[in-house]
Amino acid sequence: MQQAVPAVHAAPHHGPPTTFIRKHVFSLDHKVIGKQYYALALVAVLTGMVLSWLMRIHLAWTNASIPGLQLLSANGAPGGKMTPEYYLQLMTMHATIMVFFVLTTAPFAAFGNYFLPIQVGAEDMPFPHFNMMSFWTTFVAFCVLISAFFVGDGPPLAGWTAYAPMSAIGKAAGPGEGTGQVLWATAIGIFCIGQLLGALNFISTVLDMRTKGMTLARLPVTVWAWFITSCMGLTAFAVLMPATILLILDHVAGTSFFVASGLVINDQLLPHSGGSTLLWQHLFWFFGHPEVYIAIVPGMGIVTHVLITNMRRPMLSIKAILYSLWALAFLSYMVYGHHMFVSGMNPFSSLAFSFPTLMITIPSTILVLIWIGSLYGSKLRINSASLFALGFISMFVSGGVSGFFLAQPSIDIMLHATYFVVGHFHMVMGVAAMFGIFSGTYFWFPKMTGRMMNETLGKAHFWLTFVGTYCIFMPFHYLGWAGNVRRYASFTDDFLKPLVPLHQFITVAALFTGAVQLIFFYNLIHSRFKGAPAPDNPWEGTSLEWSMPSPPPWNNFGGKDPVVYHDAYQYGVKSSTGADYVMQTSPEQVPAEGD
Amino acid sequence: MAKLLALTIIVIAIASAIPVVMHTWEAPADVSTHGYMIDEQMSETMIEAGVSFLAAQIILAIFIWKFSSFSSNGKKRTFPGGAKGLVIAALVLVGAEVLALGVFGVKAWATVYFTPPSTTALPIQVQAGQFAFYFRYPGPDKKFGPLHPELINEANQNFLGLDPEHDADSRDDIVTAEMAIPVNKEIHLLMHAKDVSHSFYVPALRIHQDFVPGLDLSVHFTATKTGKYEIVCSQLCGLGHYSMRAYLNVLSPEDFDDWMKKEAALQ
Repeated sequence: MQQAVPAVHAAPHHGPPTTFIRKHVFSLDHKVIGKQYYALALVAVLTGMVLSWLMRIHLAWTNASIPGLQLLSANGAPGGKMTPEYYLQLMTMHATIMVFFVLTTAPFAAFGNYFLPIQVGAEDMPFPHFNMMSFWTTFVAFCVLISAFFVGDGPPLAGWTAYAPMSAIGKAAGPGEGTGQVLWATAIGIFCIGQLLGALNFISTVLDMRTKGMTLARLPVTVWAWFITSCMGLTAFAVLMPATILLILDHVAGTSFFVASGLVINDQLLPHSGGSTLLWQHLFWFFGHPEVYIAIVPGMGIVTHVLITNMRRPMLSIKAILYSLWALAFLSYMVYGHHMFVSGMNPFSSLAFSFPTLMITIPSTILVLIWIGSLYGSKLRINSASLFALGFISMFVSGGVSGFFLAQPSIDIMLHATYFVVGHFHMVMGVAAMFGIFSGTYFWFPKMTGRMMNETLGKAHFWLTFVGTYCIFMPFHYLGWAGNVRRYASFTDDFLKPLVPLHQFITVAALFTGAVQLIFFYNLIHSRFKGAPAPDNPWEGTSLEWSMPSPPPWNNFGGKDPVVYHDAYQYGVKSSTGADYVMQTSPEQVPAEGD
Repeated sequence: MAKLLALTIIVIAIASAIPVVMHTWEAPADVSTHGYMIDEQMSETMIEAGVSFLAAQIILAIFIWKFSSFSSNGKKRTFPGGAKGLVIAALVLVGAEVLALGVFGVKAWATVYFTPPSTTALPIQVQAGQFAFYFRYPGPDKKFGPLHPELINEANQNFLGLDPEHDADSRDDIVTAEMAIPVNKEIHLLMHAKDVSHSFYVPALRIHQDFVPGLDLSVHFTATKTGKYEIVCSQLCGLGHYSMRAYLNVLSPEDFDDWMKKEAALQ
């Protein structure tokens, strides 16, 4: 049945790129911008991974000398031996790089930029110049952040959460807390601008740029996931950005937004007065908790999309999935206080934040049950993309159930700031989100490059990564139960010393799993140039990206607006061609299998 | 390959659960009057989370085993009851589960944070600064003298900024780097930070509270067993964070009195 359609756009947004710079550097093409984001995420993830290796080696063998580390910082690692403060500085950079420049950019900005306009049938985003600015601001933010390695006493050591007043009072608080911390805050402020521009573009593309016949109900779940993420990004980054500005002002303008009166460092009374320590925590976590969902919701969309394609039938209920994603986004603003149960916040507030946190289990459970229930009786095709999608579900479950503990203030008394928390968020927003990125990469690489990735290498990558990440992050929970405090450069307390062998096991697993990622990088680069040519629709998909050449031309649909006749997931049908699917662009009306 | 993945998921799920069931790694034994409530809540949560974890992973594995394209035969089938049953199950079962956890969890939290300390509780002040804790006992007058941050001088061992010359209440105050308390006596801990945020975490006491610059916070607890326990900082506070610790000596009342006399003599 023909449904109401939104207005169709006609004139092209920009012409074809005519110069190398316009084509590959300052490109207005959303697909190039998507690939640029992906490349940035690759550089960032490599950097973040190497930092995690260095940290893990230090934690397992504290006195070990790491050859060459002194070249990065003569003071931080004299003779290659990491100092406790340099451990914290590398830890801060690892987390900041991973959260902002990998988990936010790859699943949201990279894949979203590339596929959101295509999947709604648009030629580009409505504001291509803003889109280009979005990437280049993010790139500048990354450069500013990395520059902290090379200034004064190095990057900040206050962690990615940059708790005030340590982050606000300058270098007296510790190495890197002067220039390094200002660079950190500047980088994050710039990053917020980039993400705000991106979110505006994503939202307006979904609302205004859908092609003929592409009603909201016909949007692929990925588009919904990016749209929901954009709504979160718009509100979350809009809070973090002013917070970073206030933090910078505390450094450079003598203000005291986050610094209370009467603080003493090195026997000197600080000149600050009247600020609030908890203000930073409220502002930061008002961003920080939605950020968890900014990292994971696109992955949920990708995994749903990939599973449907490989199950050859729709989910049991796509509506249940979409409502759950919206519920996660909505609740994510009401739960942020669970990061602050023992912060000195009013203890009644802790209960007010605890119940919504526990409630968030409900939409999460619905998602998992729909994914698993949909597998029942399906004929799931096993390939690298679907393996990582299944791995995502397993990781999301493992990371999700630990949320039961952390949602309760009374249990948080024991687990707060321990490795249990580290295990929880690494599994749920780190590994699960990464599995979403991997799944999306194996799935969409043929469309993005016109070449297939090597499936054997892809599967080897999956198996070793799946087992390896469990070996790393499951033991984190055990450490947390034993009271192992996080952000310690070494474990000298009596009750922590017996845990060192477990740390050594984790380090070996981390080095192994990190090395396994080289298979992925090799596959990515080798397939880009030497992979088998990809057909237009290698996975027999139905959404609009599969109705165009691989790779797509600069204007996506060759200057014509596609017309959409179906929802995104017409699988398990009997088409006139004998296929079990009908593409969104096919006018053919078909009965479902078994009808 | 699907069957191998199913087996791998089951092996990982069971292997993950073994150390939990075997109690291979767990918190130090509780030595507080309120800690049993936290431990009970932890155990209940462990059971609920553990069952959810194992059930979800095993069902996922079974479905992967049975319903991949290589292992399934015949026509596709749909999950009995469809999405509706699953959504209702999630709403009812998980809703009841989290409601129960939330409601029962309030008790332990309320005991620590909503119940005021008794009037007979022994007040002890603790100051956290980079990278040491200092403790202050009020002395025979049972009053703490005021703090003057501008007077803090570590070289002169005026760690808290006391001015006994002008403040009579400060003169008998006892400042120590180690904390000692009498067993089975309620302690009212008055906390403040000198410089940046810190935390007071004693796993054996089931007590964990941040120090927040600019805020005076307090917790109260009763230790039930004599012994020496570690107090550690869990809030990232700078380069020496990992080494910021103090010892808590839980002593018999007699030993505590002796300790107080000894410390008073050292002031």
